Amino acid sequence: MGIDCSSEELHVLAVDDSLVDRKVIERLLKISCCKVTTVESGRRALQLLGLDGEKSSVEFDELNVNLIMTDYSMPEMTGYELLKKIKGSSKLCKIPVVVMSSEKVMSRIDRCMEEGAEEFLVKPLKLTDVERVIDFILRGGDKNEKKITTSRKRKTMMMHEDFDSSSSQSSSNWEQPYQKRPKIAQN
Amino acid sequence: MEVNQMQRSFLEYANVLFREGFLDGQFSQLQMLADESNPDFVVEVVSLFFEDSQKLLNDLTTTLDQQNVNFKKIDAHIHQLKGSSSSIGAQRVKNACIAFRNFCDQQNVEGLSFGSSITFAFLFQLEQQIVAAGGAIPILSEFS
Repeated sequence: MGIDCSSEELHVLAVDDSLVDRKVIERLLKISCCKVTTVESGRRALQLLGLDGEKSSVEFDELNVNLIMTDYSMPEMTGYELLKKIKGSSKLCKIPVVVMSSEKVMSRIDRCMEEGAEEFLVKPLKLTDVERVIDFILRGGDKNEKKITTSRKRKTMMMHEDFDSSSSQSSSNWEQPYQKRPKIAQN
Repeated sequence: MEVNQMQRSFLEYANVLFREGFLDGQFSQLQMLADESNPDFVVEVVSLFFEDSQKLLNDLTTTLDQQNVNFKKIDAHIHQLKGSSSSIGAQRVKNACIAFRNFCDQQNVEGLSFGSSITFAFLFQLEQQIVAAGGAIPILSEFS
């Protein structure tokens, strides 16, 4: 592909209990010129980030990450719970967190966005999804810029010819550009 | 030498797999991620998928054989398999999972057994196709 990765490299921590998904996201991120660390659980992620309460062994240096991408559905600690812990920590709350899920459940999306997630990506991930996120982070997470990248994404979506009859995964991530929604009354 | 030839024939054959509905657009996404520095990426992920899936289906079968079936656990297994098959574009396997997950809600053990057999068959079928294309994926062991 011959991408020039010499410019600033983001360090991304990817959290997913699926081995296959970890492999895919690692590759997606590396192609997007990121340094990647993958872990299989929220607990492990918090350990590496130095937020696990038990300051037992200091066998590794705490990670310095620019972005955390986490799967939503994980055993023991969900991506949402991990998000809450990160956003609730004075040490880590500034790190942008992106949540990924194979299920596009609006209440789930709302909950994550309200808890401070930067984005909610619907799996399976495409290269354009990851590029868009990285692009956004590199621009310093300017919310105005988000509109531009989202419409670029729509153009790319139209180029892709994939279909899925299942309701839980639609071919496009969302029908219209996702913007931070006003607080909606939860049931 | 052999690796490049295998890659080429495998990738050419992938077109057949698309046409026949074994694979969907997500597989093309994976193909885009292979390059000169990572020529084996697709084969690596697909191998991982087969290993992972076989384990999941075996676990599922074991769980189904219990006296008191743990349907929550089974649902989690199917969810996992659905997720990984979706991530690599294994369309038939994914659709099979979506279909037989309903049996979980109904707590239908027979349906679940049947569903997992079909899913395993699709998995095996996909693997055979890939091996036929010279993709050098390790053969799944006997499904007992």
